[in-house]
Amino acid sequence: MTQGLLNGIFIGLTFAIYITIAIRSRAGSTKEYYTAGGGVSPIANGMATAADWMSAATFISMAGTVAISGYDASRFLMGWTGGFVLLTVLMVPYLRKFNKATVPDFVGDRYYSRVARGVAVICAIFICMTYIMGQMRGVGVVFSQLFGIGVPAGVLTGAAIVFFYAGLGGMKGITYTQVAQYCVMAFAYTIPAIFIAMAMTGNVIPQLGLIGNYTVGGESVPFLQKLNNINTELGFQEYTSGKMSTINMFCITAALMCGTAGLPHVIVRFFTVKNVKSVRKSACWTLGFIAVIYLTAPTIGAFSRVNLIEKLHNTSYAEAPDWFKAFENTGQMAWVDKNGDGAIQYFGAGKSDMGTNSVFQGKGPTYPAYDAPENQRIGSQGQRLLANKADDSNPNELYFGNDIMVMANPYMAGLPMWVIALLMAGCIAAALSTAAGLLLVLSTSISHDLMKKIVNPKLTDKEEVKYARMASFAALVVAAYFGINPPSAFIAKTVAFAFGLAASSFFPTLLMGIFSKRVNREGGIAGMFCGIAFTSGYIVYFQFLGGTTDQLLFGITPEGIGFVGMLINFAVAFSVSAFTSPPPKHVQEMVENIHIPTGAGEAETHDFEI
Amino acid sequence: MANKTSFHLLLLLTMKLDHPRAHRSACLKITLILLLVWFVVSCCGGIFFRDWLDANMPSIGSAPFGFWIAQQGSIISFVLILIVYAVLMNRLDNKHGYTEEN
Repeated sequence: MTQGLLNGIFIGLTFAIYITIAIRSRAGSTKEYYTAGGGVSPIANGMATAADWMSAATFISMAGTVAISGYDASRFLMGWTGGFVLLTVLMVPYLRKFNKATVPDFVGDRYYSRVARGVAVICAIFICMTYIMGQMRGVGVVFSQLFGIGVPAGVLTGAAIVFFYAGLGGMKGITYTQVAQYCVMAFAYTIPAIFIAMAMTGNVIPQLGLIGNYTVGGESVPFLQKLNNINTELGFQEYTSGKMSTINMFCITAALMCGTAGLPHVIVRFFTVKNVKSVRKSACWTLGFIAVIYLTAPTIGAFSRVNLIEKLHNTSYAEAPDWFKAFENTGQMAWVDKNGDGAIQYFGAGKSDMGTNSVFQGKGPTYPAYDAPENQRIGSQGQRLLANKADDSNPNELYFGNDIMVMANPYMAGLPMWVIALLMAGCIAAALSTAAGLLLVLSTSISHDLMKKIVNPKLTDKEEVKYARMASFAALVVAAYFGINPPSAFIAKTVAFAFGLAASSFFPTLLMGIFSKRVNREGGIAGMFCGIAFTSGYIVYFQFLGGTTDQLLFGITPEGIGFVGMLINFAVAFSVSAFTSPPPKHVQEMVENIHIPTGAGEAETHDFEI
Repeated sequence: MANKTSFHLLLLLTMKLDHPRAHRSACLKITLILLLVWFVVSCCGGIFFRDWLDANMPSIGSAPFGFWIAQQGSIISFVLILIVYAVLMNRLDNKHGYTEEN
């Protein structure tokens, strides 16, 4: 049996499961469409939220990021899990009690203003759109690798599947599909890690292997010490120490945490459970399920880094393993023989007088056209040549992308074919589950918050769901377009933007809305505007208008500026509120009321068959 | 006699009015204490004082203490914080009579 056939079987099988679930649990009413009828069990919702939260990028690239930056990558590990603590203790129990379908609903009602609602809708749409583009691209890349159908066809296939169950099944359909997808992802992520931990450290549990001893070839040294030695020998930063400034590290971690707590597509997940008590329980499960993956990511990163270096560094190209050549063909790895010795060398910035370690000039590898003369395409050793000029300021010859660590891991460790097939299925599950969740929030933002609450309040529920489906179709078309023609540099930069925006707009606005009776419409709106304006201005200036590093505020990079934006939002909202009249009586009563944990299920007024 | 009844009524009334407030302040206390733990573990342990912890605390297996906190310990403690939160809040809700079946 070939690898391709096995991949096909695994993915076909998982798809059959997803579609069966989607059909069996499709939405029958508006309430089911928006919040799955509000009766999902806490464990099921925990799994679904975990699957929704972990995107293709998390699944594929996070371990690679840890492998490359060691301690510095802790900002992602802590930021994306720690945010759930904020989310659980400060946000979701109260928002669930408020009992409306979307996040802009709360902002609009609490700040009794259509402007506030409008700003919230725009933020929600922007955040979701940013994410979903990356997901569609991820689906397309995996599909094209699997079936050799080209990225555009892959993206379209993925889009059709997502539309099928998110558009038809609504929240109910995607919740139960995501439960299945989480299971696939968890196995796909942990099983390779277990195999590798056993091979490298003799420990079945990867997390113990990471802090245990490296036991390959009879030697027995502490694993992390081995990794530190390798890193310093090759001119990299010691693995367990970082090179980022403490203040920047803190700001980025804080921005990711607050951003996580303010992401609308995560918050609405908790509207699907029965009551406030279930929300708390469900949040425990969610973080527990996420922790399974996040605790494994650093182990995969560390193990695969050692593996990669042991397998490739100082190996002659002729003897390089087959998987290296396969990834060379897909453009995910590249080798430029700078010193002409026919062997691959991998070095860090410490080995260069200029302090660089880029293999070639330019951001990513580019290749000569396929009809170029052979001596421009294939090198003396048979390697694939790049069109980029070599960067001769350093001796490093090996290029690889962040996402290679997870994908190449099973090959590097020589794991059985079914593990690789499972990994592919996991990858697709990660991309599909996130895309579906985002699509739902996008479509409800447009149909419920924009069409019904702002444009035409006379809309019936039936029409509303019709608009939701139309909106999800339109959103998918846009997302698929950008999936096929990615503004690639743009996507990577906009992710920082999405978190910064969530941290500087939703998080503080919701927090003040829940805990303060004094913050009023004027304060809320002014705070949101200032927070967003500062954060987006800073990001746009440094990412797109060519701001230089010495102009950074306290050395905080654009990734972390959302934290400062959040502080500005708080400060402006409180001071403006202090000079204007307090919110009306009914809003103050509403704030009182959301702190009483019972009665979340009763207030629902309309639920129609669709 | 009438005086006593009205006193009881008043007591009942103030209790009724007070108990959402009592619940709310107890809830706020739990929230703030847990957030303090959260901050100490993640930001202090994993970021601000990690060098000091690396140097002065026993290593976890072969991993320096601060590094382990940043990559593993913090995530484990986040899960524990949420479990403690759910348990404490449920207990508090029951104490104030806000009970709902699951």
